[in-house]
Amino acid sequence: MSVLIQFIIGLTFGMGLVVAGMSDPAKVLNFLDLAAIPAGDWDPSLALVLVGAIAVTFVGFKLVLKRQQPILGDRFHIPTASDIDGKIIAGPAIFGIGWGLAGFCPGPAFTALGTGKLSAVLFVLAMLGGMIAARWLSMATWAGASRARPS
Amino acid sequence: MTEFAPFSSLLGGALIGMASVMLMAFKGRIAGVSGIAVRLFPPFEDGEFVGRAAFVAGLVLAPVLYLALAGNLPTQTIAAGSTTLVVAGLLVGFGSIWGNGCTSGHGVCGLSRLSVRSMVAVVTFMATAFFTVLLTRHLL
Repeated sequence: MSVLIQFIIGLTFGMGLVVAGMSDPAKVLNFLDLAAIPAGDWDPSLALVLVGAIAVTFVGFKLVLKRQQPILGDRFHIPTASDIDGKIIAGPAIFGIGWGLAGFCPGPAFTALGTGKLSAVLFVLAMLGGMIAARWLSMATWAGASRARPS
Repeated sequence: MTEFAPFSSLLGGALIGMASVMLMAFKGRIAGVSGIAVRLFPPFEDGEFVGRAAFVAGLVLAPVLYLALAGNLPTQTIAAGSTTLVVAGLLVGFGSIWGNGCTSGHGVCGLSRLSVRSMVAVVTFMATAFFTVLLTRHLL
């Protein structure tokens, strides 16, 4: 049951990306191309996708989080970190460069796999490699830092 | 040039929002695609592998459902060459995990929770993405 529901949630998310045109890297890049504004070639679609998504999520989270626990889980896993460290700048900065180069971020990249394009496969494999490397490096440096800390 | 489509943008965005709310309601989890994807690989910290794989399978199969409903696959123009795609993929993957989230986790869920960390993340990745496109399309 839980697995089927998560499949449907993924499918809904992917349909949202497809309906909004966000699975098309050209559309994303045309949003990121602010220099195209004077010529009238700028595509503001992505901003409205975010507005639509945040409007629903903002209200939905408020309603859902009134519950004591999720329907199929023991507790809500809400991120608690609040510190602005180097990683919260460096990670997104690196991410943004890659996003600007190809026009793919992780969700649309997976959805692009479903259209059977070989270049999407190439991107997703590289992306997974980058993710695994970052997680490994993050764990290694965190373990090193906790060892160095006096107990 | 791609067409500005306000209605389908808002509708698609609302569907993405619905999915995020559903994942929180049912599983108590943030719908962050990068976090879900990286946990499909070891080390496994909990017993949620199959559920995460099902979510990603749903993402991948969305164009097939679209094809069944609309009669055609969604438009998709991938202009980048193989080398650019690999470099971009490595950067997107590394950066999203290093910064604890991507467009979905920070952009949709984080901003909806009014998280300051997510606001910093979104402003940062928007800035470097804008700058990258400016460089590659206009300055280089």
